[in-house]
Amino acid sequence: MSYFVNEKGYYGDFGGAYIPEMLYPNVEELRQNYLQIIGDADFQQEFHYLLKNYVGRPSPLYLAKRLSERYNANIFLKREDLNHTGAHKINNTIGQILLAERLGKKRIIAETGAGQHGVATATVCALRGLECVIYMGEIDIERQAPNVARMKMLGATVVSAVSGSKTLKDATNEAMRDWINNPVDTHYIIGSVVGPHPYPDMVSIFQSVISEETKRQLMEQTGNDQPDYVLACVGGGSNAMGMFYHFLDDEKVKLVAVEAAGKGVSSGHSAATTFLGKEGVLHGSRSILMQTADGQVIEPYSVSAGLDYPGIGPQHAHLFKVGRAEYVSITDEESLEAGLLCTRLEGIIPAIESAHAIAHLEKMKFTGGENVVVCLSGRGDKDLDTYSKYFGF
Amino acid sequence: MNRITQLFKEKKNNILSIYYTAGYPGLGDTVAIAEALQKAGADMLEIGFPYSDPVADGPVIQATSKQALDNGMDLNLLFEQLKELRKNVTIPVLLMGYVNPVLQYGVENFCKACAAVGIDGCIVPDLPMVEYEEFYKDAFLENGLSNIFLVTPQTSVERIHKIDGLSNGFIYLLSASATTGKNLEVSDTTTTYFSRIAEMNLNNPTLIGFGINSKETFNKACKYANGGIIGTAFVKALHAGYLEENISEFMKEFTS
Ligand SMILES: Cc1ncc(COP(=O)(O)O)c(C=O)c1O
Repeated sequence: MSYFVNEKGYYGDFGGAYIPEMLYPNVEELRQNYLQIIGDADFQQEFHYLLKNYVGRPSPLYLAKRLSERYNANIFLKREDLNHTGAHKINNTIGQILLAERLGKKRIIAETGAGQHGVATATVCALRGLECVIYMGEIDIERQAPNVARMKMLGATVVSAVSGSKTLKDATNEAMRDWINNPVDTHYIIGSVVGPHPYPDMVSIFQSVISEETKRQLMEQTGNDQPDYVLACVGGGSNAMGMFYHFLDDEKVKLVAVEAAGKGVSSGHSAATTFLGKEGVLHGSRSILMQTADGQVIEPYSVSAGLDYPGIGPQHAHLFKVGRAEYVSITDEESLEAGLLCTRLEGIIPAIESAHAIAHLEKMKFTGGENVVVCLSGRGDKDLDTYSKYFGF
Repeated sequence: MNRITQLFKEKKNNILSIYYTAGYPGLGDTVAIAEALQKAGADMLEIGFPYSDPVADGPVIQATSKQALDNGMDLNLLFEQLKELRKNVTIPVLLMGYVNPVLQYGVENFCKACAAVGIDGCIVPDLPMVEYEEFYKDAFLENGLSNIFLVTPQTSVERIHKIDGLSNGFIYLLSASATTGKNLEVSDTTTTYFSRIAEMNLNNPTLIGFGINSKETFNKACKYANGGIIGTAFVKALHAGYLEENISEFMKEFTS
């Protein structure tokens, strides 16, 4: 069983490139060139140079002592929150900006939910001197204000997406419309493992540095590079795919993907895609998405802007369908409580997205001695407002 | 021979095709608009079935889709309404919409339902050519449906030939790579592109769409192709309660 993309752009039944003809030339240009460009020695050197000296990689793998005691297992946190700009998103934007430059693009567009991908994109655009336009849902602009200010300071134009649910899905629609209307010179930096082929594969390759480092660090710290469990939260699924990547073919490693249940899976206010979704096409690929019987996309809900998406990447849909990874869900409240717990036990304020992954530890049973890696995808600075309101600080 | 092929056989130029969204402005207006358009001189119709995330559409058609969904339109209801279509409408009629609702309806079922109510073809902008060939083509052909592909100024010559080979009806030329509702600006580059296509001697006739909103822009389309398609400008002219008047008024400019 292959867990990776085939030559047609599919993971099992999922993937493909369901795009209007207007996007075909750009997507096809990417498809024909991405592997060769990424494989280039010159690209690799520049990519790794920036990851090390600009982003601050490798990110630490930290054995969280007090969480470990609480859960009776060795809980390791993969500290993507310590990356420059505060989340894993920058691994992908560094990769894509280098690729865009090599394709001769002058203008960059991106969608963002929590604003982390928008900030990471605006950052690399400032770094390389490229024009940057970020689409963000009107509601997310309100709940992630610090990130909006950061993007503006970095020189990006932030465009408010006012259609539909005014969150990540709609920001993605607007970014796609922009790309349709600017068919030459523009590169669309998609922020997760979603979109038409080759995006899911390309983004997972850039994020795979997470599991590559984790294996090495586990070997150094424990003498064994095979953890028992690996956990990550899933919005579109990029930090999870980066965290899973080098463990996919090692069936002994159990993979756990944590979705946002919002107010509860059955509450009608949720973003738990694998529980509520059916197979379908959204944003250019065939995957699993939340939709009505008539194929209309259902507006998702989560307290966490980065997980507030009605679909998951096609590779996740495949891992779910064939059972390689377990998909679970965590409510708003559980995630906020886990965010506070992590803060009080370890002195680390996680992004609410990442707190979803931490929260699932509470539901797992350990016998002691298991090695468990949780991807701490981002830091919680952007979420202080939400935490403060909930806990009444 | 389906009605589309028949039309292009009988009429070589100035073909006027009109797009509108099913279930807009009123849920029950779908067939009435078709009848009024035929009466006012339209040669062909494209009925849009609404989708929640229409990425190829600009603000006007996004808004009609949203209104139609809010009104309660879905594919089941549309096919129910279209049972009345062929009572009076004799011109070719296509359905236009995004692939996900078709997938949920089931490709086979969708094609059969189209055939049963007298639909002649479909335009599904986000259905890729390879997927069409592999999974959709047989069902389309068995049900006598034309599949209409889009071509933009950025589409390569090689790909246009491939599209021509797979098409059976006409080819939809976009005036520019754009979402719907952008004004058609005929610059040197667009005329070069239109002429280039005209000189390719394609097997299929062509219609130019996206941004036609006046007699002048329609005439330009007719200069380079067999006719033009109007969408945004038409749906903008529709107001609940005055559909017949709106339609005959709108069509006067183009049929005079
Ligand atoms: C910190 C953080 N984690 C996770 C996500 C979810 O994205 P993905 O599933 O692609 O990792 C986001 C998205 O904004 C984020 O900011």
